[in-house]
Amino acid sequence: MTQDMLPENIAFAVIAVTMIVSAVRVVTTKNVVHAALWLIGVLAGAAALYILLGSEFLGITQVLVYIGAIVVLFLFGVMLTKAELGSSDDLDNNRVQKIIGAVVAFGLGAFLIIVLGASEFKDRHLDLMGHTTVQLGQTTPQVSDSIFSTYLIPFEAASVLLLAALIGSIVLARKD
Amino acid sequence: MLLNQYLFLAALLFAIGVYGVLVRKNGVMVLMSIELILNAVNINLIAFAAYWGTVNPCQPNIECAATAGPVFALFIIAVAAAEVGVGLAIVLMLFRNKKDINIDDMDLMKG
Repeated sequence: MTQDMLPENIAFAVIAVTMIVSAVRVVTTKNVVHAALWLIGVLAGAAALYILLGSEFLGITQVLVYIGAIVVLFLFGVMLTKAELGSSDDLDNNRVQKIIGAVVAFGLGAFLIIVLGASEFKDRHLDLMGHTTVQLGQTTPQVSDSIFSTYLIPFEAASVLLLAALIGSIVLARKD
Repeated sequence: MLLNQYLFLAALLFAIGVYGVLVRKNGVMVLMSIELILNAVNINLIAFAAYWGTVNPCQPNIECAATAGPVFALFIIAVAAAEVGVGLAIVLMLFRNKKDINIDDMDLMKG
């Protein structure tokens, strides 16, 4: 079996194509609700990539937090701002700004890919099949040990950040 | 399997997200594009963490540098959740005050 035919490469190709197509549809569709639903494709693809890389806890968290909470929040946002539920031509900027945006984004993507293609990581192999997830350092016990020892203070800061965001959202959205 | 496969995918997603932020004028759509950008960063973090684990395999019950990848990705997820919560509250308040969420119309600070 050649290197290119590894099952993990086939899985990666399927997930990558799904993610790219969904991401392009998120930024080009004319319908706000469809954009939120295409976003699920990108987020689920990212969760699948995390599982593929052995990061089980992050994959589950991605599904819970992003698909379970953030996409629902977006759908609530669409509902509360009374966006048109059908197609709308008023989602994008005018044609000139669209072309400038496309040129900037294409230039950025091409630049990143050229730099990555020339970096010292360009021919590094990721031998996932030859290692256990414990060796990869991605299992739930390892992540939890790390959060509650080395990264305890950033973790507490994240808790305070979430509390601040909660209070801030309530203060902003109250009707008085 | 090459490490660069993941990095190229993340770079493409990042560029697509930047296109969305630049081109969309609906506030909710801009927030969705920002989510694309944050996800691209997370893919990079996990790919490099797994790569580090294949170069320096971790031992059970010993703290290991590769674990920093998923931990920081979790922090990014927490920050993204906070950002969407506050961002949507701001969009709702704009809608309540101006009956529109076209971010090109938000030019009150222009002299």
